[in-house]
Amino acid sequence: MSYFIDRRPNAKHKSAVNRQRFLDRYRTHIKRSVEEAVNRRSITDMERGEKVSIPARDISEPVFQHGQGGKRSIVSPGNKEFTEGDRLRRPGGGGGGGGGNGEGASNQGEGMDEFAFSLTREEFLDFVFDGLELPHLERKQLKDLEEVRPVRAGISRDGVPSRINIVRSMREAHARRIAMRAPIRRALREAQEALEAEERKDPVLRNPSRIAELKAEVERLEKRLEAVPFIDTYDLRYNNLSNQPLPSNKAVMFCIMDVSGSMTQSHKDIAKRFFLLLYLFLERNYEKVELVFVRHHTAAKEVDEEEFFYSRETGGTIVSSALTLVDEIITDRYPPGQWNLYVAQASDGDNWDDDSTTCRQLLIDSLMPRLQYYTYVEITPHAHQALWEEYETVADRFPSRFAMRQIVEGGDIYPVFRELFRRRAEA
Amino acid sequence: MTRRKPIATGSDWNFEVLAEYEREIARLADEYRLDTYPNQIELITSEQMMDAYASVGMPVGYHHWSFGKQFLAVEQAYRRGQMGLAYELVINSDPCIAYLMEENTLMMQVLVMAHACYGHNSFFKGNYLFQAWTDASSIIDYLVFARKYIAECEERHGVTAVEQLLDACHALQNYGVDRYKRPSPISAEEEAQRQSEREAYLQAQVNTLWSTIPQLKEGERTAEILDEDDPLGLHRSGRYPPEPQENLLYFIEKNAPLLAPWQREVVRIVRKLAQYFYPQRQTQVMNEGWATFWHYTLMHRLYDEGLVDEGLMLEFLQSHTAVVNQPGFDSPYFNGINPYALGFAMFTDIKRICEAPTEEDRAWFPEIAGSDWLDTLHFAMHNFKDESFIQQFLSPKVIRDLKLFTIVDDDQDEMLTVSAIHDDRGYHRIREALSTQYALSVREPNIQVYSANIRGDRSLTLHHVQDRRRPLAKSVYPVIRHLHQLWGFPVKMESIDSGEVVRRYQWPLPDDQRQGT
Repeated sequence: MSYFIDRRPNAKHKSAVNRQRFLDRYRTHIKRSVEEAVNRRSITDMERGEKVSIPARDISEPVFQHGQGGKRSIVSPGNKEFTEGDRLRRPGGGGGGGGGNGEGASNQGEGMDEFAFSLTREEFLDFVFDGLELPHLERKQLKDLEEVRPVRAGISRDGVPSRINIVRSMREAHARRIAMRAPIRRALREAQEALEAEERKDPVLRNPSRIAELKAEVERLEKRLEAVPFIDTYDLRYNNLSNQPLPSNKAVMFCIMDVSGSMTQSHKDIAKRFFLLLYLFLERNYEKVELVFVRHHTAAKEVDEEEFFYSRETGGTIVSSALTLVDEIITDRYPPGQWNLYVAQASDGDNWDDDSTTCRQLLIDSLMPRLQYYTYVEITPHAHQALWEEYETVADRFPSRFAMRQIVEGGDIYPVFRELFRRRAEA
Repeated sequence: MTRRKPIATGSDWNFEVLAEYEREIARLADEYRLDTYPNQIELITSEQMMDAYASVGMPVGYHHWSFGKQFLAVEQAYRRGQMGLAYELVINSDPCIAYLMEENTLMMQVLVMAHACYGHNSFFKGNYLFQAWTDASSIIDYLVFARKYIAECEERHGVTAVEQLLDACHALQNYGVDRYKRPSPISAEEEAQRQSEREAYLQAQVNTLWSTIPQLKEGERTAEILDEDDPLGLHRSGRYPPEPQENLLYFIEKNAPLLAPWQREVVRIVRKLAQYFYPQRQTQVMNEGWATFWHYTLMHRLYDEGLVDEGLMLEFLQSHTAVVNQPGFDSPYFNGINPYALGFAMFTDIKRICEAPTEEDRAWFPEIAGSDWLDTLHFAMHNFKDESFIQQFLSPKVIRDLKLFTIVDDDQDEMLTVSAIHDDRGYHRIREALSTQYALSVREPNIQVYSANIRGDRSLTLHHVQDRRRPLAKSVYPVIRHLHQLWGFPVKMESIDSGEVVRRYQWPLPDDQRQGT
């Protein structure tokens, strides 16, 4: 009449499709939440999902309902003090009556509550990358948690022939042979003893048929003993491999940003996404990533992330001050032999005229030989200035390690990294 | 009675133990004449439970974003610990599918088996509404058919087109039921077979209705006396539909002028599923009360026979008490009347009235006082829905125990009035009011298709008959917008109170109003 079914091994995520449909449908809402989260969070903190709220009226599923007003009677439990005929004030400031229908022909349902839910880490990053127009292959690379490398992890029963562990296999075979032969040997010994006993008897008392029988038995057992295989498939043991996260080197990422008065907060928000993308990339490739934030106007200073993105300065711009500082920091703390060095620079392109040549010299002579990759974004809709032109000559000298780009919005950022990601894919 | 050894102790369970408990519960349930469909008990993980929750209890569902929304809501509540998932999920099908979650303790598993596999299951099989409206043996097949059909539509017509259509249908699904007519049973096989046939037929029917030239019968033409106001006889053939139609989705499926055949089929699918859930919406108190009553009774029987130990019983009582807890209206935990509490109290009280009637009970329930309690309980379960069940069986004692009272909220009155409390004068009125509170016809606005202007602008007019002057909520606009999508021409709605139109709604909005928004 009744039966049990164990469904636990069945596929999970039956609702995955519906969940995705929901996320697609409310893309714009979710995107807004994600953008806010990116602005709020530290660059190093993109590894968790995000709680998203959507106004409930935006996602309501409307049905015909009674509105406020009219006459209704409500039965409730837990009466303590009321008696029949008591008059009570309306809770919630009254005014519950009256045709509460919007004259303005609202095309939305009721309820101002928020519908809140969580995005997973993958979904969150997907929305981040969406704004950056990151191609799918790169997305995957950035989302995949870690590279792995196979390491030895004991012995297993299954494997490929090339991984057979001979010593262990022979040992297993030996044990099996002992175990399988023991009962046969015992029977053989008994049969032989019986045969000897029979043969020792007085010839008159000997039973020839019994002797023949025993001899046949001895012969049969000896055959069986021989038939026990020397090595069998059960005996084979293989060296087991398991995947272990690949430990790799250390990297340091320098974020350089112009914080002179001409850089507005929206410039900085775009810059943040630019730094974020480089950080995510480095984090996938190196076990340890350190961040150094250098901001500059006429003078450069090393600061923490909060100050980097959110404090305002005024004044002119001397880019070489920042490059010099980076150069010093590298010499002091990050010897290139031990660290992979990446620099990301964001600016609106302003610089003192004669400083741009200094920058070029500094880059070509001192910095570029030591760096893995240098990325530069100029966040401005206007025409280029001297700095851009000088940097172009640097880019010509180091075409595979120096990337620069003018950006106006998030979608322009990715091409700066195209070379970097491509090399990674080839590696 | 000889006490036996407990089948198992502690909180761990395994399949052997569950099967043994199931056998014992089945034996006891049989003593109480609980007639059930075969049970298919499925062990699932909490994540699978969330999936099941999200698809509103359909084991196979078509895809739609609203189920995803449901899933996210459930997941969020569960993660935050606002909601326990454990209690039960049972599907009205033959065999009756019940889910047990692997995280449950042994006690919970036994409790859920008693509650779902014997309580709900016997209710599904016995109650007249379920017998009349649902066909337990074919629902799973039909769901499979629906899922496949909608997936095909998505492939052929695009996900967005299907999604919008489903949105519109979902908005009207509470109006997809013939309340007074028993529907013909659904069968997936036949559905699939007949479907193409039906597509052609439906379209032909619609075409006839919408043919632009009215075809009058030969004889009529001469017999008609020409009307001054209507010389061409355009309005002569009367209103269409001749009678108001309460089944909005059915009307759309058969008459909407512009829907493609596959769209009509999707409307039909939503309508059929709405019909499947129709009895559940009307028997919440009874269904939960019945299941709770039986898990309570069966668990005590198991204990009396020694099949469960004291520890398990204490855990059970704690859980049971939480389930039937009814916070008062002024409690921060108050969330309306708890159907488990009310239903359990009523069934328990019917048993008490049968076994140990007081003078009051004899006066109120002369027919059942002192009768065989099991017969009476079965009679109640088989023949009522919430509305009539409360009307018939809510006793003064239950009203007193729950301290029920009635408040009248009238928008023409500044203040609220307490119209009845749990005293002699109030019992009848409270019973009446509570019964009305559970009547679907009062809970949901009364809306019907009044006329479709088949000769003119093709607009559709609905009538909303106001009940005690209660107007429609603002959601009327998005809903008639959905209806407009299905109908393809303007949709009007008139709220009618005592024969007069008190308010009109329209979609698309008339031009003068559109300026204002």
